[in-house]
Amino acid sequence: MTIFAPVSGLIGGVLIGLAAIILMLTIGRIAGVCGIVVNAMTASDAAGRLWRLAFILGLPLGALLVTALGLKDWSSITFPATMPTTAMAGLIVGVGATVGSGCTSGHGICGLARFSMRSVVATVTFMATGVATVFIIRHMI
Amino acid sequence: MSLIFSLLAGVIFGAGLTVSDMVNPARVSNFLDFAGNWDPTLIFVMAGGLAVTTLGYKFIFRLNSPMVDEQFHLPTQRQIDLPLVGGAALFGVGWGLAGICPGPALTDLVTLEPKVLVFIVAMLVGMIAASALRARVDAMKVNRRTELIGSNRRS
Repeated sequence: MTIFAPVSGLIGGVLIGLAAIILMLTIGRIAGVCGIVVNAMTASDAAGRLWRLAFILGLPLGALLVTALGLKDWSSITFPATMPTTAMAGLIVGVGATVGSGCTSGHGICGLARFSMRSVVATVTFMATGVATVFIIRHMI
Repeated sequence: MSLIFSLLAGVIFGAGLTVSDMVNPARVSNFLDFAGNWDPTLIFVMAGGLAVTTLGYKFIFRLNSPMVDEQFHLPTQRQIDLPLVGGAALFGVGWGLAGICPGPALTDLVTLEPKVLVFIVAMLVGMIAASALRARVDAMKVNRRTELIGSNRRS
């Protein structure tokens, strides 16, 4: 059970948007986490790997910053899936995001903000299969 | 310089995921659960993110180039194809299974929860395998195309 939190949701969303803007304004890049992680491993040039690793390192640092400011209570956070399911989920997410050229941030935020038709299709598709998956595991099995 | 900017973007991105509680898999799963105790918070996260990004991009793309690079690096593909739809469909299944996607997973490293580490390792394995597969398929396509061009020339 989580309690609907529209205000902190909106503020967090604005921060995510701000991050996407900074990345595009300064180095001309899309803030798609999946693409950044894949290319951090596969990019042929050191500079191409480095800026991506810096972004990835920033993610947990951002969480630490919010925590240090006393704005986050981590005790309410739960990981409902079992360990084997979590491993399976990670594998599927990795394959799906790579083959589908993006994830929630790349398609759902940056792609939609560019009015990319591919991102509209991808976002609708992963929302639909996500909802279907949760329905099956929570209400049918 | 570009390193500082991308680190800053990462920090703000991670802060946003933390403030909005998207780092909480239970909340994400509850958003996807229309038949249960539906939690619409994620809609507000997307709305906030989209409003800011759409507006920001509009102004940024009027510039000739970004501040510390010669050009914008934007996706060039336009086609709605099977990899896009199939990949996104698969991604949604994984997302629904654990309530975790790549950004929150990396941000959740601060929890030191073993499941986070397992998720990330499995995700990286999936990414490496899928990129290798994609590279092979692309190479096969290029080969086929050059063969076609060759046979057209012969006839």
